[in-house]
Amino acid sequence: MSKNSKWKYGFFLGCVAPNRYPMIEASIRAVFDHLGAEILELEGASCCPAPGVFRAFHIPTWLVIAARNLTIAEELGIDVVTGCNGCYGTLRDAWVELNHEPELKKMINEHLAKIGREFKGSIEPKHVVQVLYQDLGIEYLRGFVKHKFKDLKVAVHYGCHIIKPSDKRPWGGEYEDPTFLDEIIEITGAKSINYKDKFQCCGAGGAVRTAVKEISADFSREKLENIRDAGADIIIDCCPFCHLQLDLGQMEANNFYKDIIGEPYKIPVIYVTQLLGLAFGIDPNLLGLMKNHDLQQVPPFISLEPFLEKVKNQLT
Amino acid sequence: MSDNVEKYIKRKVYKSTNSRIAQKFVDAGLEKLRACINCGTCTGGCPSGRRTAYRTRSVLRRALTGDESVLEDIGIWFCSTCYTCYERCPRGIPVTDMIIKLRNIAVEEGHILDPHFVLANKVFYVTGHGVPANGEGNQKWRDLRESYGLPPLPPTVHMHPEAVKECQELMKSVGFRDLLDKIEKQKEKEKLEAEKAEANKIEDKKKEKEKK
Repeated sequence: MSKNSKWKYGFFLGCVAPNRYPMIEASIRAVFDHLGAEILELEGASCCPAPGVFRAFHIPTWLVIAARNLTIAEELGIDVVTGCNGCYGTLRDAWVELNHEPELKKMINEHLAKIGREFKGSIEPKHVVQVLYQDLGIEYLRGFVKHKFKDLKVAVHYGCHIIKPSDKRPWGGEYEDPTFLDEIIEITGAKSINYKDKFQCCGAGGAVRTAVKEISADFSREKLENIRDAGADIIIDCCPFCHLQLDLGQMEANNFYKDIIGEPYKIPVIYVTQLLGLAFGIDPNLLGLMKNHDLQQVPPFISLEPFLEKVKNQLT
Repeated sequence: MSDNVEKYIKRKVYKSTNSRIAQKFVDAGLEKLRACINCGTCTGGCPSGRRTAYRTRSVLRRALTGDESVLEDIGIWFCSTCYTCYERCPRGIPVTDMIIKLRNIAVEEGHILDPHFVLANKVFYVTGHGVPANGEGNQKWRDLRESYGLPPLPPTVHMHPEAVKECQELMKSVGFRDLLDKIEKQKEKEKLEAEKAEANKIEDKKKEKEKK
């Protein structure tokens, strides 16, 4: 497919996607390539830095490192795309704050000058889902759908920082009941089902997971219970850290709360571009949906087999 | 105007903001909190408050009235920063940002949990990633990347040692290195004191036994 120069992004990887859930990174690359959206590497980018921890420890550190990451894309003259809500939160909040507060920008640039960099504010940090929905658009995506899923019930999990704080996000101030991710999912024929407290946090962020795993796992237990009650076949998310929390966290919830949950949870967790890619007819191997190794103690911790089995006949 | 009325109008409503932490709050731009009417909407929508004793309204009230014990309250680390309180506050207070600033003040005073400190000091500062894939213990993650057709390490700081140096340079420049060193010393001191106290306890027990 010829590359359309208006869709060109610097791929901000973050930490969890490349270093723990590389199937997410692989699926974003495959889907963007398929859609004719070009991805360039942001060489030497660091942790965003994670908002719940590093921002909570020392705001100036959070701001200056975020600004440095943005300058890498500014040098290339292209917008940033990230597949992680946490990275998106950091890069977008920092970008908004620096662009609205000249004094702050001046202070940060004094530090950046010491390593020969300058934050200009010339490019915009975007989320993968934002690019799909706003830059490419639903109608454009619809044109690529080759296979339609039938009878597939999906629990959509947005996560928090793709939506909030809404005054620094591109969704027109909507924060209680957005639909953009459901709309994207439903072009595949899958049905986004409603479930209790759909927009509740997964419990990973804000340094909670690092601080007290049991509390963090109780957030996901509650989510998983509501998702199971609603009869979902799979969970679809758009953030590697939520993904980790809902996949690995499912094992943890099964362990910590085995006395109160009854049957252990085993709901397959799939990243939005993995599902889209399947509907577009992309090889499941390229989407990181097939396990192709003998490694132990690596994700996905909850088997995707029931899902793959269910849709197998719909993909021909 | 009678004296009484004048006194009433001029009374110092925010007397407690003269306290050290309250002043830090004001310095950090937290005076917006004064608009709080204590309605508790923040607490009501808080997913952490559903399962822990963390109460958003109460924590911010304590901070504003100069109750310094709030800095040592582990509850302030139970906020998952979901921003529900931020969105719903009827007074437009950026509640979540206030909690983050409160945590900054706590860390500055050395109140940081051990796993958080290790993450900042030994992982992020050293590698540039919060969750790294380099180093000896992480071979399986590099293998996992390769199994999905990706290079063993991503083109981030992991492939660019000079980029790690840039990040460290910046962290020194904004004072983070000094802060981490200060906390490290403080933690070592606390550890020694705890060990000493433990040793004394054992000694006391021994003496008591001998007395018997």
